[in-house]
Amino acid sequence: MEISVLIGLGVLILLVGIGLIVGLVTRRQGTGKVPPAMPPVETPGTGPAPSVGDVDAAPGGLVEPTEAPPAAPVLDRPEDTRSRLARLRQRLAGSQGGFGRGLLALLSRDRLDEDTWEAIEDVLLTADVGVAPTQKVVENLRTRLRVDGAEAGDPRSVLRDELIALVDPSLDRRLQVSGAEGQPGVVLVVGVNGAGKTTTVGKIARILVAEDRSVTLGAADTFRAAAVDQLATWGERVGVDVVRGAEGSDPASVAFEAVRQGVEQGVDTVIVDTAGRLQNKAGLMDELGKVKRVIEKQAPVTEVLLVLDATTGQNGMVQARVFSEVVDVTGIVLTKLDGSAKGGIVMAVQRELGVPVKLVGLGEGPDDLAPFDPAAFVDALLG
Amino acid sequence: MFATLSDRLADTFKNLRGKGRLSEADIDATAREIRIALLEADVALPVVKDFVAAVKDRARADEVSQALNPAQQIVKIVHEELVTILGGETRRMRFAKHGPTVIMLAGLQGAGKTTLAAKLALWLKEQGKTPLLVACDLQRPNAVNQLQVNGERVGVPVFAPEPGNGVGDPVSVARASLEEAKRSLYDVVIVDTAGRLGVDAELMQQASDIREAVQPDEVLFVVDAMIGQDAVVTAQAFLDGVGYDGVVLTKLDGDARGGAALSIRQVTGRPVMFASSGEKLTDFDVFHPDRMASRILDMGDMLTLIEQAEKTFDAEQALKAAEKLTGKGGEFTLDDFLQQMQQVRKLGSMSKILGMLPGMGQMREQLENFDEREIDRIQAIIQSMTPAERDNPKIIDGSRRARIAKGAGRTVTDVNQLVDRFFEARKMMMQFARGGGMPGMPGMPGMPGAGKRNQQPKQQKKGKGARRSGNPAKAAQQAEVDAEKQKAAAAGANPFGAPTEDIDYETAAANLNLPKDFSNFLK
Repeated sequence: MEISVLIGLGVLILLVGIGLIVGLVTRRQGTGKVPPAMPPVETPGTGPAPSVGDVDAAPGGLVEPTEAPPAAPVLDRPEDTRSRLARLRQRLAGSQGGFGRGLLALLSRDRLDEDTWEAIEDVLLTADVGVAPTQKVVENLRTRLRVDGAEAGDPRSVLRDELIALVDPSLDRRLQVSGAEGQPGVVLVVGVNGAGKTTTVGKIARILVAEDRSVTLGAADTFRAAAVDQLATWGERVGVDVVRGAEGSDPASVAFEAVRQGVEQGVDTVIVDTAGRLQNKAGLMDELGKVKRVIEKQAPVTEVLLVLDATTGQNGMVQARVFSEVVDVTGIVLTKLDGSAKGGIVMAVQRELGVPVKLVGLGEGPDDLAPFDPAAFVDALLG
Repeated sequence: MFATLSDRLADTFKNLRGKGRLSEADIDATAREIRIALLEADVALPVVKDFVAAVKDRARADEVSQALNPAQQIVKIVHEELVTILGGETRRMRFAKHGPTVIMLAGLQGAGKTTLAAKLALWLKEQGKTPLLVACDLQRPNAVNQLQVNGERVGVPVFAPEPGNGVGDPVSVARASLEEAKRSLYDVVIVDTAGRLGVDAELMQQASDIREAVQPDEVLFVVDAMIGQDAVVTAQAFLDGVGYDGVVLTKLDGDARGGAALSIRQVTGRPVMFASSGEKLTDFDVFHPDRMASRILDMGDMLTLIEQAEKTFDAEQALKAAEKLTGKGGEFTLDDFLQQMQQVRKLGSMSKILGMLPGMGQMREQLENFDEREIDRIQAIIQSMTPAERDNPKIIDGSRRARIAKGAGRTVTDVNQLVDRFFEARKMMMQFARGGGMPGMPGMPGMPGAGKRNQQPKQQKKGKGARRSGNPAKAAQQAEVDAEKQKAAAAGANPFGAPTEDIDYETAAANLNLPKDFSNFLK
């Protein structure tokens, strides 16, 4: 007993010592290195890379879906954007009615007392919106109702405005799927384990095919058993080439190969699927950084999509932050929104990092992916 | 980064020192902080409310208001309550008396069922069982394939009569697997099912049909530690739809705080039985409630650390080093340090290990950016010294320094700093080891949970007089102040000691981050 205690204590003390010793060395170097200060907030709101983006119709037409192009000359014919969007609204309305109804009931009371405010706060908290954004919304709502009094209109529409403002509809939500000057657009899909990356890649490929674009998939998830096969199955369904490497091989080389092939064959878009990785694993995050760097030797990465599971709680914020630091995330895909989860964390993510949600995943069906429409999203929330 | 509960409470109580008892307003403020801390750890709202109410009641009692350091006392209460809820009755796996034991896994998509199935199989195999994996996830493309590959890796056969990808009936596969298991004398059958949503009535029915078909002895609900407020809804939906007896928490190697564990335990009453934490198929363990509680409160996970250390460390060496630090076995030299550092490295990456120390939660960003090769560099420097220099670094003069730097491929300043740092660290380590804590160093308040567990043994070692003072007013965020100033300031501000016996890891951790640019890493 005594020995193990001693050892335990010794270890801890040593650790501290090592920390101390290493800590200083690190600091000294830290002055040279750029401290990864804070999220490199790239401002997608202001700079949507117009030269590239404008041509992209992809799932871009948000409120007014672009004309669905006719014939996709492949095996499966993916659904067009309009009907997908309709389904999105329907699903959101169905799955998240509880949230909206709760709010409605609260706000239609005659007087808004402290309890009501707390209840409103609770409703938002339950949707994973997070403590700080919730407090901000409620505070704004209070101020507006107090200042404008009766003129503010009914509290419900005020709340709707506040929520929409929080989601920020002004952000550019088009997917940058075209490269400059004949180069393919490169979409890198990243996220933690089990968020739905591979499925999302498969679905995006289908959409692009439906828009009559040529696509190559890169199966850079060389870690998880059978992940490559899973992507290959998606590729086969729509007749898209999948570049694959052996299991356990270097994902960067697979990604490089995929993009190289894309450039050679002159395809419109290359989508690279990566292995799921938890954001606190430095080694894996480095690996991801390498994947991106290596790809950029061939063609610039036009879009980095972070796949976030709607069930994720406050950790989603950390995920978004860390992934942004490593690969400069340009858009978020919110998956599994067809369940009972509300995915409110994306509000916090957008607010803090300015990275917009671009797509939402709505189920396991091949076409259950829709563009994210802030107004529709909030409307659906409010029932 | 979010501040830890202890820091938050410390802030709340900053103005309380000296007051005899807590006022109602103080308690409300405390309750609010606890509420926020729990919400940020993804504990479900209804659970948070009940919990906070319970803590409030206890906070009104004398045990808090009479404590010298109410913040620590309250954190302690919170921790205890958490352990009580999480722990409850834990139980072991039930095995069938006759015929094969059937374990069924259910959960949302992407929770980690297929991977877990393989981990569970390996775990059972190590206990002398002969498990059979059954691929009932016929939904997701190549899920069957994934299970087969994983099965192969752990050396457990996989029963997969259907190819999957939407083909085949999982219920009949499940039923057939039982026949197979009886025929081939497997004693545990692990049924991996497709991921499904709680709101999907059709698939829930299917899951319940599978359950009917195999009559499992254990149904395990697999849930991702990252899950947010939806945890309660989903857990309840699965409880109603399929029913389960235990919960498995996956992806615990992430930095999610895992409040879901608390929510699910509280709402459904089903115990969390296993925890899965890592990419490797051996990263699977039974669930430890107290560790989870510390984690939810962001208090580090020292027990795991110590346990791991005991497994990998050379006991004799460690003992020797510890003795040296307490001043019994000669001086602690750079050689000892090198040896111990190499041992520590065996435990895994330095950032992971340091991350397990309490109070390090806030430094995660920095830890994540920690360059593991820094250790190699230090090692190179030490190894470029002669044995005499390692024994007594004081003899290192200008020319020796230049030689060492050359040998290690580093600069003279690096060598200098390492040596300075070593002396400083040794002094501090020896102080710890004697149980003195760091006089005058600001302590971060309250890790009573973590501290408490070590309390017993430490008291034998430490002796009574030496207790560290805890100054809750000082939080890690203030670490940017340079060390000397902090020492001076804190010495003045610390007239009385804290009642709890804490080791000063956190202080040291704070100290570790004294670099001026450290403030960049916080928040």
